[in-house]
Amino acid sequence: MGAKHFGARVKRLEDPALLSGRGRFVDDLKLPGLLHACFVRSPHAHAMVRDIDSGAATAMPGVHTVLTANDLPEPMRRMPIPMLTPNPAIATPRTQTALAGDEVCYVGQPIAVVIADSRYLAEDAAAAVVVDYDVLAAVGDCRVGIRDGAPRAHSDLASNVIARFPLAYGDVDAAFTNAAHVFEEVLWQHRGGGMALETRAVLASHDPVADTLTVWSGTQTPHLGRGTLADLLDRNLESIRMIAPDVGGGFGPKAIFYPEEAVIPATALKLGRPVKWIEDRREHFLSATQERDQYWDMAIAVDAGGKILGVRGRMLHDSGAFVPWGVIMPYIAAVTVPGPYVVPAYHLETVVVLTNKVPTTPVRGAGRPQAVFAMERLLDRVARELSLDRAEVRRRNFIQPEQMPYAVGLLFRDGKPLIYDSGDYPKGQDEALRLAGYEGFRERQRVALEQGRLIGIGIGNYVEGTGLGPFEGVTVRVLPSGKVAVATGATNQGQGTRTTLSQIVAEQVGCRIEDIVMTIGDTGAIAQGVGAFASRQAVNAGCSAQLAGEAVRKQIIALAARTLGVNEDDIDLEDGKAVATTGNKPMVPFGELARLAQGIPGVSLPAGQAAGLEHTAYYTPPQAAYCSGTHVAEVEVDHMTGGVKVLNYTVAHDSGRVINPLIVDGQVQGGVAHGIGNALLEWMQYDDNAQPLTTTFADYLLPMATDVPTCAIAHVETVNPLNPLGVKGAGEGGTIPAPAAIIAAIEDALSPFNVHFAETPLTPERIVAALRAAGAYERLFAA
Amino acid sequence: MGKQATRITVNGKSHARVVEARLTLADFLRHELGLTGTHLGCEHGVCGACTVLVDGHTARSCLMFAVQANGSEVTTVEGLAADGELSVLQQAFMDNHGLQCGFCTPGMLITLTELLRDNAEPSEAEVREALTGNLCRCTGYAGIVKAALDAAQRLRGGTPSQPSPASGGGR
Repeated sequence: MGAKHFGARVKRLEDPALLSGRGRFVDDLKLPGLLHACFVRSPHAHAMVRDIDSGAATAMPGVHTVLTANDLPEPMRRMPIPMLTPNPAIATPRTQTALAGDEVCYVGQPIAVVIADSRYLAEDAAAAVVVDYDVLAAVGDCRVGIRDGAPRAHSDLASNVIARFPLAYGDVDAAFTNAAHVFEEVLWQHRGGGMALETRAVLASHDPVADTLTVWSGTQTPHLGRGTLADLLDRNLESIRMIAPDVGGGFGPKAIFYPEEAVIPATALKLGRPVKWIEDRREHFLSATQERDQYWDMAIAVDAGGKILGVRGRMLHDSGAFVPWGVIMPYIAAVTVPGPYVVPAYHLETVVVLTNKVPTTPVRGAGRPQAVFAMERLLDRVARELSLDRAEVRRRNFIQPEQMPYAVGLLFRDGKPLIYDSGDYPKGQDEALRLAGYEGFRERQRVALEQGRLIGIGIGNYVEGTGLGPFEGVTVRVLPSGKVAVATGATNQGQGTRTTLSQIVAEQVGCRIEDIVMTIGDTGAIAQGVGAFASRQAVNAGCSAQLAGEAVRKQIIALAARTLGVNEDDIDLEDGKAVATTGNKPMVPFGELARLAQGIPGVSLPAGQAAGLEHTAYYTPPQAAYCSGTHVAEVEVDHMTGGVKVLNYTVAHDSGRVINPLIVDGQVQGGVAHGIGNALLEWMQYDDNAQPLTTTFADYLLPMATDVPTCAIAHVETVNPLNPLGVKGAGEGGTIPAPAAIIAAIEDALSPFNVHFAETPLTPERIVAALRAAGAYERLFAA
Repeated sequence: MGKQATRITVNGKSHARVVEARLTLADFLRHELGLTGTHLGCEHGVCGACTVLVDGHTARSCLMFAVQANGSEVTTVEGLAADGELSVLQQAFMDNHGLQCGFCTPGMLITLTELLRDNAEPSEAEVREALTGNLCRCTGYAGIVKAALDAAQRLRGGTPSQPSPASGGGR
């Protein structure tokens, strides 16, 4: 493979349109006769719906209809939205119906929809829908939810515990009995959101002539969405086309299928007019899924030298009111704990609890930030207690590169044994420490302290299972115009999927990157697809692009060799032309070959000639691709205000072979920003009755340009031996260890006061409270 | 609902419409004029995606009614690229990976257009300060800051910087 495109810092093909206001997001699409929707949502975390009076709303100007659950078509009316990720551990695989029936289980659950001539009129009318509720006791905290006599999140369920599963290997009791030291930590990570800048959005239109239902959705998974919608409408799959046009960020919450994605198409069918719904930010806070929210009771057993003998504990996962994505996040969290370390014995009891909050589904990291936080905080504790350097404790416990492939002893969420394919964890940490100037930090810290400044440094290591199956597909087809059409079920919410796949195809086929015409996120373009989650697209779609490109390359060469009368070995493909390297170097452009490959009507094709220059590949990875990395955070803490400034941030990242460093660096940097938000700012708060308290960007804080430093990034590439490109995922690694590294750095900065933290977000109030409790201010003011 | 005659000049072109008093400037631009480059991310004045220039000053078009812009001159992202060529700032965004999903980008470009007009040689700290009114969830801001500094240099007639790693690290 040449180095023309693959591995190069290729500028993005997506950019010119997005930079000049020519993006095509769902709300930018306008259809004749378009109507607008507004949902009526539950203001209560838990209630019975006694009556819905939509009379006044229906009579308002510009209102076309108000629909409740009973007005929806069968089977959508009563059928829960299918859960696509079953697990035998789930006692009650409860998912919600498109519109609530008799019972609402979280604030924001949709009850009715108003359709009007404009969103303004629809909102007016939604406010006039009168719903009579019997308010029930709500579960606002999963720790309360598991107690005897606690309120129940669903009135018909005997227990709020929806799944309980132990994951274990080795003799953990013996490890703890024989340990020189045992340390315990109680940890919590907040509930936050994906908070893509574009909110969710759905537009549906039915063409009665072709009986085709077209749905544009700001989704990460249009093929999955189409399948679910077909089930809910009892429609032929082929009569539905779902398109994810430009999508303004995903980060996980847009991977699942939402009630609104069912209701809007149903109303378009019912009214015979296109209907659009654009979520507002308040609705996003109430009804888009969220994540984290896990409570960990953990213990680590180590020998006298700080070598890990065993880890055990219990984790409570707040799943919210439903489990639309099964128990994926707690499962991933549970198997991510051992990370890059040799952990000889492990036992974690995971308890998944229903509460009356919006469901949790994966948000960038998907359970891994919590697990890494637990493990890294335990190791920092070991270092502190044994007076060891924190990097040294990790060094003593790393899995060594010569141990690869390394079987952890657990099953991953892909159903396959958790076997790290490749990686050099000691090298990654060394590289990060070198780049971060770790060696000289104590001197920097001493000098800063003399100036009255408290600075600290922290380390976070992780291993992440990326590139999950089942598959993704790519079709490559040479067009008679000479352009190369590419279609994929992979999607793009900012990852540069179009650019990355174009690089791979251009390289294989031998065309100019600008001659690739790509259709992305459209179920009409390729039969099967899965979509974006689990940092999976470079692995799945990337390898499919490679395989499809290789196949078409062979077809082009074979046909060109016949056409030019030379050997196949004597054909070069470049810039959309097949050129003979012998004789007087005749050439034939791709467009002409594409026409030849169509044959002549009524005439047989030559032996071995395929119909058209075209191939579809569905790459199916044998298992997850395990990427890894080390983050080093350097922070300054203002002990009077509790304010934290991230001064320097360093990442050494192994995502296998890098297809486009521009894009991978961007993914890492953006992921770190999300991690800084998780560590310091973002906190979706609820009161005891599960009433949301933070429903604007003034209450729920996202990182700003002044909060996120430009990271120093090193790519430590170990080639993944299990896929043809040698790649691993890159989308979430930036987020995963960031809270662990940042909290460790804050603790280090405050080491003169001996305060310790085991939760995120670590807000200024919490820091000041900890300092106050430690008597820091008395000491400072006495001095 | 009361309607009012409103005349707004957008990207140099005058538009007269009779609109509801409660119609926001953002919805006027997007849905009355079809200028969908201006995006709405929060509709409560924090995210900055809807930022436009009103009489030369940045404004949240989600927090303004269209009728308040009566008689004003408005510049949107569609007005930044002359004759279909990317502006210096837009080109710098492309060269420095200043965008991912592109949803916050129009607001970022408008904010920085104002900054670079008023301050030909901003420091990195000044760029970051100017951007605090615009949220980006994708990029972690590094590429945006780099693009702004790069564009400032190009506008001053300096040598355009070669696009280089968004990170400080080597490979």
